[in-house]
Amino acid sequence: MSPLLELRCVSRAFGGLRALHDVSFALAPGEIVGLIGPNGAGKTTLVNLVTGVYRPTAGEIHFAGRRIDGRRPWQISRRGVARTFQIVQPFPRMTVLENVAAGALFAAGARGVEAAKAAAREHLAFVGLAGQAEAPAATLTLADRKRLELAKSLAMRPRLLLLDEVNAGLNPAEIEQALGLIRTLAARGLTILIIEHLMRVVMAVCSRLVVLHHGELIAEGRPGDVVRDPRVVEAYLGSRWAARAGPAP
Amino acid sequence: MSEPLLRLEGVASGYGDVRVLWGVDLDVEPGEVVCLVGANGAGKSTLLRTVSGLVRATAGRVLFRGRDLARATPAEVLAAGIAQVPEGRRLFAAMSVRNNLLMGAYLRRDGAAAIQRDLELVYTVFPTLAERRRQDAGTLSGGEQQMCAIGRGFMSRPALLMIDELSLGLAPRLVERLGEALREINRAGISILLVEQDVMTAFELARRGFVLDAGRVTLHGPTSELARNPTVREAYMGLAP
Repeated sequence: MSPLLELRCVSRAFGGLRALHDVSFALAPGEIVGLIGPNGAGKTTLVNLVTGVYRPTAGEIHFAGRRIDGRRPWQISRRGVARTFQIVQPFPRMTVLENVAAGALFAAGARGVEAAKAAAREHLAFVGLAGQAEAPAATLTLADRKRLELAKSLAMRPRLLLLDEVNAGLNPAEIEQALGLIRTLAARGLTILIIEHLMRVVMAVCSRLVVLHHGELIAEGRPGDVVRDPRVVEAYLGSRWAARAGPAP
Repeated sequence: MSEPLLRLEGVASGYGDVRVLWGVDLDVEPGEVVCLVGANGAGKSTLLRTVSGLVRATAGRVLFRGRDLARATPAEVLAAGIAQVPEGRRLFAAMSVRNNLLMGAYLRRDGAAAIQRDLELVYTVFPTLAERRRQDAGTLSGGEQQMCAIGRGFMSRPALLMIDELSLGLAPRLVERLGEALREINRAGISILLVEQDVMTAFELARRGFVLDAGRVTLHGPTSELARNPTVREAYMGLAP
C-alpha cells in the first residue's frame, strides 16, 4: 500500500541551528504512529513542516501521492491534513460552536453557515462538549480546551490528523477518555500521528513509534522494542521509566 | 507534634460569582513535601493562587508560621516566605536566564553574597542553566524553562515552594531529573507543596497527599496509603482498583 504521508530526507535549519536533519519516514493509511523525543528534539518543527508553516531547507514531503512541501498551510489543510496545537489556539471571543464551525466552513466545504454549525454540533457531541456549545471559548477549562482543539481539527474532515500534545495536562482518568476518542477515530480510518510525552498514551494506541533526538531520527519500530532501545532510554525515557517497563518479554 | 508551616482552615475562594474552593483544610509540616492531586477543574491551581494572594480568599484562614495571610497581597506572601512556580512557567522571555533567576531574589534583603551563593546552588542543581545563563529565557526548551522557573522560585529563599504542574509537557527523563532536583531543594530545608497530574510521580516525591474534588478535600494521608486506596487508583491513577 502506498503511504499517505512520506518524508524523504527532510531537513530544516533556523540560522545555524539544525532543528531537523535528514529525517525520513512514512505513515500508511489508517496507522496510528507515535512521535516521541526530548523537549527541543524537533517534534513540533516536524509538524510545522508537514502543515506548511515552514518549508524544509532540504528534502521532500508527499501527501496522498502529491508533493506538499512549499505549499501554504491553507492549501495543505484543504488537502486533508489537520493538526492540534500544543498551546491551544481557540478564537477566544467566539463561542465553542463557532470555533468548530469555522473549521467546517473553511476546509471541509460546508455549504453555508448553518450547514457548518450542524456539522460542528456533531463534532462537539463526539468530543463531549455539546453542553458548552454556546459558551465563549475563553471560559473553557484546560481539559475542555483540549477537546475543542480536537473538534476544530475534526471539523476540517482530515485524512491525516497530527495531535501535538493533546493530552498534556490531563490526569490519568481524563486520558483514558481521550484514548477512547482516538481509538474511535482510528476505527473510522483516520491516519493519526501522536506527539506525546505521556508514554501510557503512545503505548496504549500506537502500532509504531518514531523517535527524534537533536533533530535526527534515532529509532523507529514497534513500541515494545523502541522503549527497550538503549539509545531511547538514554536520550528520552530515563532509567526509572525503563525499570518500570521491565525486561523484554 | 510540630506546629505546621502552612495551615489552611475552611478556605473558600473563586472568581467573581463562581466559587471554586469550598472550605478547604490542608497543612504542610516544616521540611515536608506534600502533593495535591485531583481532576482538571477541581481547584488545585486556585488553591495555590489563593495561598499566593493572587486570588482573594472569601472565607477561612491561611495560616503561615501562625500568621494569617488570607488578606495579604502577593508581594506580602512572597516576603513572608512562600514562592509559587506557576503553571506554564511564565518566565520573562526577553530577559537572560541569569536575570530571570535574580528576579526571584528581588525582595531579598540578606545581601549580594547570599544571593550569589544561592545562584551558584541553582547552577549546581541545574548545570544546563549555568551553560545558558546569558541566553534569553524565551530560547530555552520546555524542560529548561521549567528548571529556570523552579530556580527562580528557589532564589527567593522561601520556606515553602509551591509548584503547579511540575511535569506538564516534559519528557519522562526530564521529569525524573526534576524530581531529583526537588529532593535536593527539599534537603536544603525548603518545604514543597506540589500540584501534579502524574499522580504516580507525585506520590513518589511526596510523603503526604491531599485529594481535591470539586473544590473540597475528599481524602488525605500518607501517599503510601493513598496509592492503595481503590478510589484514588481508579479515578486518579487510571489503575485497576
